[in-house]
Amino acid sequence: MTYQSPQQTEPLQGSEEVRVLVRLGRGRPGLRGIVMSVGNSKLVAGEAGRDFDLELEKRLLEIGFVEGAHVEILHEGFIGKDPIAVRVDNMSVALGRREADAVVLASESPNPKLLPDRSR
Amino acid sequence: MLMKPVRDYRIALIGNPNCGKTALFNALTGSQQKVANYPGVTVERKEGAFVSPAGVRTSVLDLPGTYSLRGRSPDEVVTRDAILGVLDTVDRPDLLVCVADATNLRLMLRLVLELKSVGIPMILTLNMSDIAAHRGIVIDSGGLASELGIPVVTSVAVGQNGTVALLEEIDRKAAVAASASASSWSEQDSGEIRKAHHLADSMVARFVTAPAVSKDLTNRIDRIVLHPVFGIVILLAVLFLIFQAVFTWAAVPMEMISAAFDALNTTVKSVLPDSMLSSLLTDGIITGVGGVLVFLPQIVILFFFIILLEDLGYMARAAFLMDRVVGGAGLHGRSFIPLLSSFACAIPGIMATRVIENRRQRLATIMVAPLMTCSARIPVYTLIIGAFVPRQSVAGIVNLQGLVMFSLYLAGIVSAFVVAFLFRRLVWKGKSEPFIMEMPSYKRPMLRSLAMGVLQRAYIFVRRAGTIILSMMILIWFLSTVPGAPEAATEPAINYSFAGMIGHALQPLLAPIGFNWQISVALIPGMAAREVAVGALATVYAIGGGTSGEAGLATAIAGQWSLATALSLLAWYVFAPQCASTLVVVRRETNSWQWPVLMFAYMLMLAYAASFIVFQTASYLGG
Repeated sequence: MTYQSPQQTEPLQGSEEVRVLVRLGRGRPGLRGIVMSVGNSKLVAGEAGRDFDLELEKRLLEIGFVEGAHVEILHEGFIGKDPIAVRVDNMSVALGRREADAVVLASESPNPKLLPDRSR
Repeated sequence: MLMKPVRDYRIALIGNPNCGKTALFNALTGSQQKVANYPGVTVERKEGAFVSPAGVRTSVLDLPGTYSLRGRSPDEVVTRDAILGVLDTVDRPDLLVCVADATNLRLMLRLVLELKSVGIPMILTLNMSDIAAHRGIVIDSGGLASELGIPVVTSVAVGQNGTVALLEEIDRKAAVAASASASSWSEQDSGEIRKAHHLADSMVARFVTAPAVSKDLTNRIDRIVLHPVFGIVILLAVLFLIFQAVFTWAAVPMEMISAAFDALNTTVKSVLPDSMLSSLLTDGIITGVGGVLVFLPQIVILFFFIILLEDLGYMARAAFLMDRVVGGAGLHGRSFIPLLSSFACAIPGIMATRVIENRRQRLATIMVAPLMTCSARIPVYTLIIGAFVPRQSVAGIVNLQGLVMFSLYLAGIVSAFVVAFLFRRLVWKGKSEPFIMEMPSYKRPMLRSLAMGVLQRAYIFVRRAGTIILSMMILIWFLSTVPGAPEAATEPAINYSFAGMIGHALQPLLAPIGFNWQISVALIPGMAAREVAVGALATVYAIGGGTSGEAGLATAIAGQWSLATALSLLAWYVFAPQCASTLVVVRRETNSWQWPVLMFAYMLMLAYAASFIVFQTASYLGG
């Protein structure tokens, strides 16, 4: 699995379709994609970039959120649609949307349904 | 002549959480295992032993599950320290058996790569290989072995011959007895974790062939179990079932235990002459320990359900569903289970907080667990409600007595949330632990593991009742008995004892909350366990014990107390730290006196404030 360097701010090139970069924390069930970055990045277009601590980054990496992993949001909680259950390759992980915000993925669908951006 | 080493060959099992490690441990060691704590921390240390096919005595250490050696939680610190050999009490293992879930290899392969730097010989066993085969997953273990440079075998923890290959490999390693070399491990930075991940991914790509991920069973079940509506309904149904079981199934064995202790009491009293020794044995030890051991059936049933749900994989789902609910109070989704357990008894609840990794969230959970209405409060509530609340219905449907009982439970729950929130705001400021948790595949629980888990819990509880709690009971007995009543005593003997003196001394302090001296005196022996206060009240009112005595007691207090006093005592029992055993267990679990002292102080203040408000309001309204 090759993956693009996290510097890029343009939609991913090189595949037929144009992929959209989104933060996992804003996704709804059904959102599918490939992890592009974990932790700090200025990846998502129109965003100033966000700070996440190193500990969170390591924990996400250790449980399988690593660049190139295939993820899909399976379920969401009933209060505030939080937390979410995510399939990471072939295991299920539950995580809060705040934590999920540290994961940026290239969505499979060109216009995925998203929650409003809470960072603004 | 060279002597063969006389010590056991030491192996340690290490793996991710949910990899079936404990089931494998049970399969290897059978009933030859013991559970203790690592000194100074409250991490369970599971050790066992077996004799290998080649006749090598082997000791097995089951290390807590982890994803890395970084040591974020006390559990993971133990795992790391045991492997690095820096624990005084644990000898460094001779062999690491890395246990991987064969259906989910990736994360374990990364951990194996990290473990290579610790310098201990290793074996990788692909556990649950039967499930993997069933799903059509084919793993080239030869390829993996040559890539990793360590032997790779398969194992199945259930069934007869599931561990044959693993045991053979352990014997092969034991025969060579290559000693561990110095560790070159250091904490990985995020770049190194990524690198190891990609290496692990490339191995999975080369050596594992899996059919395209179909919507497996777990996924289908989750669609219902995690559904915003059905999921909550199912969770409530599960909770209801547990409650029913804890309170109805346990009733008969509890009565039997209670009757057995009563019979023992009577026998001892009839055999021994009336003396201090007889009193110590009967009123002190037998009554005190009996009063705690009577909860054993509830604890066994409770842990049966907790371990069953854990083994099924449902616990993680419950934590998922409840995360935002308990998260509102700054607690973790996993705090939900300990709080639930505390409805039976705060002691297993506090013991169950070990699953919470974050120290602050764990402490906050421990601190509020005794606010949940434990079953020891029920006899006190029943007595007072029966004596003071009329048996009538409200709005034609709801029983008033039941309504009062329900509000007492509700008061406990609400106050637990409020207190937890305040603790997280005032004492432990700062960010909550990130909520990241693997949701394991559903698995059929194994009866043997389940039974062993329940037995171990029961044993821990009984051991505590027999040691710390016993000494506490003797102290409370001493206070309630010494000095004895003078010759021409007109009042019950307890009035002349230290407890009586303390009660009388406290009475002016307790007058503003409506407690008479009888209640004040009964509160002292009531520290042994909440329900002991009922017996103590009977003693103070000089009414014979036993069940017939309770009806007499209800009549007596109905005649002598005002409604305001009765309501005030109910409010007191919602909050008061009336349980020495709980405080002792908190001391054990937190390894410090600071927390039980804080718990005692805050609960006492809450109780006093609540009783004051209730008593003054009820008196004002003419109660």
